[in-house]
Amino acid sequence: MDLRPESAGQGKPTPTFKEDGGDEAGGVARRGCWGGVLVPLLAVITAIVLGSGFIVASNPPALEAWAGVLRDPLLAVTTSVQAVLDAYLALLVGAFGNPAAVADALGVWRYTGETRPLMDALRPVSESLVITTPYILAGLAVALGFRGGVFNIGAEGQLFVGGLAAAYVGYSVKGLPWLIHMPLALLAGILAGTLWGAIPGILKARWGAHEVINTIMMNYIAFRLADYLLQGPMSRPDGMPITPEVASTAYLPALLPSPVRLHLGFILALLVAWVVYWFLWKTTRGLEIRMVGANPHSARYAGVRIALTIVLTMGLSGALSGLAGANQVLGVDHRMVRAFSAGYGFDSIALALLGNSHPLGVVLASLLFGFLRGGAARMQSVVGVPNEIIRIIQGLIIVFVAAPEIIRSLYRMRAKSEDEKVIVMESPGSS
Amino acid sequence: MAETTLSVPIPKVRSRRGVIAGAISIAMAALIVLMGLSAAGQTSTFVLASQRAGVTIPAPDLVLPSGITLYVLGAIAVLIAMYQFFSEREQVSLYTAVVVGLVVMGFLIWATQGKSLNLTGMLVSSIVRATPIGLAALSGIYSERSGVVNIGIEGMMLIGAFTSVLFASVTKSLFVGVIAGMLFGMLMGLLHAVLSIRYTVNQIISGTGIIILGLGITTYLHRLVFDVHPEFNSPGPAIPAVQILGLWRIPVLGPVVFNQSSLIYLLWVMLVLTQVIMYSTRWGLRVRSVGEHPRAADTLGINVFKIRYMSVLISGAIAGLAGTYMSIGAAGRFSEGMTAGKGFLGLAAMIFGNWNPGGAYLGALIFGFFDSWQEKLSILQVGIPVELLGMAPYLATMVVLAGFVGRSRMPAADGQPYQKESA
Repeated sequence: MDLRPESAGQGKPTPTFKEDGGDEAGGVARRGCWGGVLVPLLAVITAIVLGSGFIVASNPPALEAWAGVLRDPLLAVTTSVQAVLDAYLALLVGAFGNPAAVADALGVWRYTGETRPLMDALRPVSESLVITTPYILAGLAVALGFRGGVFNIGAEGQLFVGGLAAAYVGYSVKGLPWLIHMPLALLAGILAGTLWGAIPGILKARWGAHEVINTIMMNYIAFRLADYLLQGPMSRPDGMPITPEVASTAYLPALLPSPVRLHLGFILALLVAWVVYWFLWKTTRGLEIRMVGANPHSARYAGVRIALTIVLTMGLSGALSGLAGANQVLGVDHRMVRAFSAGYGFDSIALALLGNSHPLGVVLASLLFGFLRGGAARMQSVVGVPNEIIRIIQGLIIVFVAAPEIIRSLYRMRAKSEDEKVIVMESPGSS
Repeated sequence: MAETTLSVPIPKVRSRRGVIAGAISIAMAALIVLMGLSAAGQTSTFVLASQRAGVTIPAPDLVLPSGITLYVLGAIAVLIAMYQFFSEREQVSLYTAVVVGLVVMGFLIWATQGKSLNLTGMLVSSIVRATPIGLAALSGIYSERSGVVNIGIEGMMLIGAFTSVLFASVTKSLFVGVIAGMLFGMLMGLLHAVLSIRYTVNQIISGTGIIILGLGITTYLHRLVFDVHPEFNSPGPAIPAVQILGLWRIPVLGPVVFNQSSLIYLLWVMLVLTQVIMYSTRWGLRVRSVGEHPRAADTLGINVFKIRYMSVLISGAIAGLAGTYMSIGAAGRFSEGMTAGKGFLGLAAMIFGNWNPGGAYLGALIFGFFDSWQEKLSILQVGIPVELLGMAPYLATMVVLAGFVGRSRMPAADGQPYQKESA
């Protein structure tokens, strides 16, 4: 990152400052062309292709055919291809729904006014978007951390405390109008997440303790806290380890009639993505965060208060994860349960990497992962491929995105250009 | 951070630190005395006899008057606080650690008032629980001493735990299981090495990828294979304890030190070996020089890449062994995500021990102790929920990191990919 415009751009954003923003955002946002998108795209495709190996391994007919590969090699290949196609077709249908069914339902709705079949047909897409929502928020949390030079692995724990706080405000406060209660519950989640993120931030800023280990410790503390609260003070009167149901005045309302569960949180998440972009590239504080992330030494030289910025970055990152947890409780589950997060916090690391730590990239990556995970459930039930295959694919994506050279040599691409650089923290050590 | 203290004259800083530390010690002494007041007139019984596998090693019970013992501990804490107030020495944090130890002892005495606690059993379980953490720390030492941050230990441990169970179940041999666990851990180490050395990937990102891959692959295969064929997830009884002849009958010391799993002895041997290798052999010197200043090492004709590859592979093998210990060494089976953060605790222990084997194992023992006390204290029913007591090892990690990381020094080139001049 070019730091020269910094002195000029301290008070208000100047044109040079804008250009600086565009440069980092460049790959995805403005240049838009192959440079920034091709490598992540190829990484995803390569990961999916490698993932099909695991699908073949989980398909008994294919394995049988491979056992007799010497007798009939063609059969082995065709059975394997068939298995992989079946699995990924199930994934696609699970993620997007069946186009024919949607068309039929549209017809029914047009001629009879009956919306139920249409909603049934739209359900798969909606479910995928419901999963996308916490992905966007948690992915933004990690991305913001990367931009500020900190690695927040604690999104999962921040998600948990955010969900707990939102659920508590949701069910214990009664009699408020929706316009006050819902934002209040969201705010509670945000504050809890901020606290959970800021503690490792303070420990790093004040004592130089590495945030990677501390955020993981905070995860385990959050899990224990959730166990304790859900079995004791916050449990439902009948003793089940879940909280009472959130009052309907705290719901993030559904956008369409049941059984479509898509809720206001999705719109909110898109809005937040735009706010994060605006904050990081159009405000002085955002510039300071990116300066510390790009080069703490020159940032210090330029007068940025490093310690404060680290705490701010971690706090904001925690706030976004906390919002993701609150969103999940208020929009989907309407109560806090121990298993309310399907590992969103951990997946968010892959999202931030894949999205090159840019809000737009994170949204696109979240859509991809949301639809992958949405379809994986159907893949598991129809073809019998465990949905953990998605996590393997995610791991592979991380590896390929972090090492674009592998992808380039695999596809015989030209040497790297500057704007392909993956944005992650530059200084893994503690200052 | 350094820059916040730079403007303050140095002698003043030292005394202020002493005052803060002294104040903390006074507060802790007050806490101990308070516990003493609430436990006055009671006795705390610590059972030292050991009963394992039908064999009883007798030892007299340690019966302490709870109140008086706590007052004595409190008085010691006050003395230390006084010393911290007026001392000009730099060792204030060491004394704070001693005071924290006094509080922990005091808490145990307070929790045991009117009841009895098997202290020997608690020590045995501390050693057992410290083992995967100690192995993980050792794994981290090899990698990081050569300048490669290895955050993926957790993922390597999972792979090791899974493959060792699989191979031990199929071949009916625990030994084959151990070897398989180490080999597959090494394979994950190779992946980390290729990514971070050959492709100069950010080592923390690469490690995270390995964690996610390790978790994903083992969970996937667990559901695919073990759920359908439970016979592949039954390596039989865990690796048995080995009794060192004669010595294992010594009261207290015998059960704790001389009657443990052979993998625990292996860890102890490896700790000593690592100390010798790192500080008394040519290879160890090379590893450390590559971790401190790879360019200088390269200039002297040391093959930086080769040393780093070797170190990360060893690190992977030891991480695999750590997972192996958790599955076929202790639990006797594999379960999803069974490492539960032990790899990270190991990294914290490594930092606590200043990247040295002995110190790292001390850190691991502290974590092991806090890990075992959750279980023991829940038996005593002290009125504090089990889940909150379970936070102790994680809180201890954070406190330890904040307290010690400032005074410890990581290898200078840790986390930095090395590229030759021409690149």
